[in-house]
Amino acid sequence: MEHDVVIVGSGLAGLRAAIEASRVSRGRLSVAVVTKTQVMRSHSVSAEGGTAAVLYPEEGDSFESHIYDTIKGSDFLADQNAVELFVHSAPREIIQLEHWGMPWARREDGRIAQRAFGGMSYPRACFAEDKVGFFEMQTLYDTALKWDNIAFYQEWFATSLIVEENRFRGLTAIEMKTGELHAIKAKSCIIATGGAGRMYTFATFGHSSTPDGLYIAYKAGAPLKDMEFVQFHPTGLVPSGILITEAARGEGGILLNAKEERFLKRYAPQKMELAPRDIVSRAMYTEILEGRGVEGPDGMSHLWLDLTVIEPEKLKRRLAGIREICVKLAGIDPVNEKIPVRPVAHYYMGGIHTNIYGATPITGLWAAGEAACISINGANRLGSNSTIECLVWGRITGEAAAKYAMENGFSSSFPTEQAEKEEKRIFDGLLGKAPRINPYEVKKKMQRTMESHCHIYRDEKSMIEGLRMIRELKQLPYMGVEDSSRAYNTNLTNVLEIEAMVNVGEIIVTAALQRRESRGAHARRDYPKRDDQNWLSHTLIHYTVEGPELSYAPVHIDKYQPVERKY
Amino acid sequence: MSGASEVLLRVYRYNPSNSGKPHYQNYRVPTFRGMTVLDALIYIKENLDPTLSIRYSCRMASCGSCGMTINGLPRLACFTQISELKSKYILVQPLRNLPVIKDLVADLDEFFNKHRLVKPYLIRRDVEEQENPREQYRQSDEELERYVQFAYCIKCALCYSACPVVSTDKNFPGPQALAQLYRYYIDTRDEASEERIRIVNNAHGIWRCHFADSCSQVCPKGVDPALAIQLMRREMMFGPSRG
Repeated sequence: MEHDVVIVGSGLAGLRAAIEASRVSRGRLSVAVVTKTQVMRSHSVSAEGGTAAVLYPEEGDSFESHIYDTIKGSDFLADQNAVELFVHSAPREIIQLEHWGMPWARREDGRIAQRAFGGMSYPRACFAEDKVGFFEMQTLYDTALKWDNIAFYQEWFATSLIVEENRFRGLTAIEMKTGELHAIKAKSCIIATGGAGRMYTFATFGHSSTPDGLYIAYKAGAPLKDMEFVQFHPTGLVPSGILITEAARGEGGILLNAKEERFLKRYAPQKMELAPRDIVSRAMYTEILEGRGVEGPDGMSHLWLDLTVIEPEKLKRRLAGIREICVKLAGIDPVNEKIPVRPVAHYYMGGIHTNIYGATPITGLWAAGEAACISINGANRLGSNSTIECLVWGRITGEAAAKYAMENGFSSSFPTEQAEKEEKRIFDGLLGKAPRINPYEVKKKMQRTMESHCHIYRDEKSMIEGLRMIRELKQLPYMGVEDSSRAYNTNLTNVLEIEAMVNVGEIIVTAALQRRESRGAHARRDYPKRDDQNWLSHTLIHYTVEGPELSYAPVHIDKYQPVERKY
Repeated sequence: MSGASEVLLRVYRYNPSNSGKPHYQNYRVPTFRGMTVLDALIYIKENLDPTLSIRYSCRMASCGSCGMTINGLPRLACFTQISELKSKYILVQPLRNLPVIKDLVADLDEFFNKHRLVKPYLIRRDVEEQENPREQYRQSDEELERYVQFAYCIKCALCYSACPVVSTDKNFPGPQALAQLYRYYIDTRDEASEERIRIVNNAHGIWRCHFADSCSQVCPKGVDPALAIQLMRREMMFGPSRG
């Protein structure tokens, strides 16, 4: 099996890359999209609120402003040249999607409308109700169907990358329908599998969001970067963790504690509910810890998101999706009732280390979207910057991987022994071998450990204990698959996912323990200040058989020297 | 439903490699407030029987993965609460009108192929502007409203599974594909009205629908495919309603 370009993952970044690789080659390259879900099931469909871009500089917005908002939001850990490229590339993607059928909300003049988002000093989030990611996915998926050169391998679970002498050669994947393991030979590859996903018990992520894509790249020799920075979104619906979009606050919603007090006045007096996510989430967590939360019936303390202050017709039109979720899954109509929310694991600023064009240190291998760490998000991503990051770097990496494939031939040899080794590991080593320890229990314990030892607030003692617990889990005999069937064996794919989760858990805690400062989403109780002297640097995490090995790389600073963040 | 109570799930099991016949298996599951059928199935997989195969992801009715037949009706497992079924006994089967891969997992290939058949993308003549976008195409709120309801489709195949015509005519595109045809047809940015009409103006096409309306009744996103089909037929009979 052979393709010019193989893309792993079918979310926003993967689909955008597939289209771009096709366009650049005028449909001449054979492009494969290998995805463990069906296309349209990827978690990008759950992005809700908006996609940032400077559309109307003549009305007061500016590239400069979007650039600075992003850098300040990142707590100065973003690479400034990457942010510049990002902001300048964003508007074109919005119009491109519009040309492909995206149902963007419109203004009176028929042009694309924008709404306010946290940490952005201008309302620059383009939106389509509160189903932005869903409609973007639909637009890209439908548009991708125009291209006969794109082959979708739906429900193919990638298990390893084949790399030889630091050059990408191909990958192995399980065709879930039949249970067969295939080797796909390709000239270039883009990893677009999303972030580390469901590493925490209370999380917005869908069940398929797990770090297997990151893990196979890491094991193949691509370093990960800045994995200690985990974003907790302020408003996860209690108790399910389903995301309630930041646009709810962008449209005027407010946060209240048990005393019905708008507590953000004590934390971010200017921006209030529209401060960046790290600040709002810490404020909420502090309110809960100091006893001003509400005790919910499910044993989870929460705060209130009050949308009754929004004009009902506007709420019904612009926030239809979250209203539907609240009514259906929580029995609450936000038109006249407050929503119980608490901070929830939502996004990973870290990912596969790349340069500003999405290229990894492995020749022929790129990464895009949440899977990549370019880095434009630094220590804290601003809301509405992730969907546009997927689009921008989907395009950039799609083009680069296509050009590489057009300029380079297939290598004459192929390391088939790597594929055979993988076949042995999975079918002889795992399939039909009931494990002594239930892998799903290991997953739950890992998630609970992350929740209790590496959450919004962190400290050395607790993280050392958390790391010990995760390493213990890693040693347990959970790697086995009770289900011996070949067809659609999700017991097998789950075990591979859990293996990735446990290993990436170890990486996150290791990196967080080392970073002895507080920056963006990484808040250390024992080191409460940002320390630019020692820690204005990216963490790089390399795979070794003994475990993750860390090194550090400088941040690219151009114009903007770090200053204190105030909102 | 209180935390202490329990529900009985009777689940369709089928494994092609055992060449065995489909059978049913019962599982007792403890319930909690707000528990969905998907939560119950995941409980089974993680605690009682890891061999059960289910397809699921977002658990918030956006991704369309977990369509199945629950107590006789096609529904999304993640959007069906145990308590709303008002029964201590829940029958769970795969979607109808589609082949089964394993257990509750249906094979959606033919469904996705039919979606592709209706050319579900904008078709335009301004190739250069499409390649190098410069100017927004303008659209009023009213023009947006004409198609956006039909763009809510999450491709879960519940409508396809409920459609009586699909069950007798495998060449019928089905309600999902026809609704998408209309979604692109009525978008003011599209320029392929005639081509779109040609795709479905045949004996197995849009005229095959006999308005059972079951598609619209089971749609979890309020798409109303039957309405789309009706509006599309009107366009075909009386000519385009726009200039």
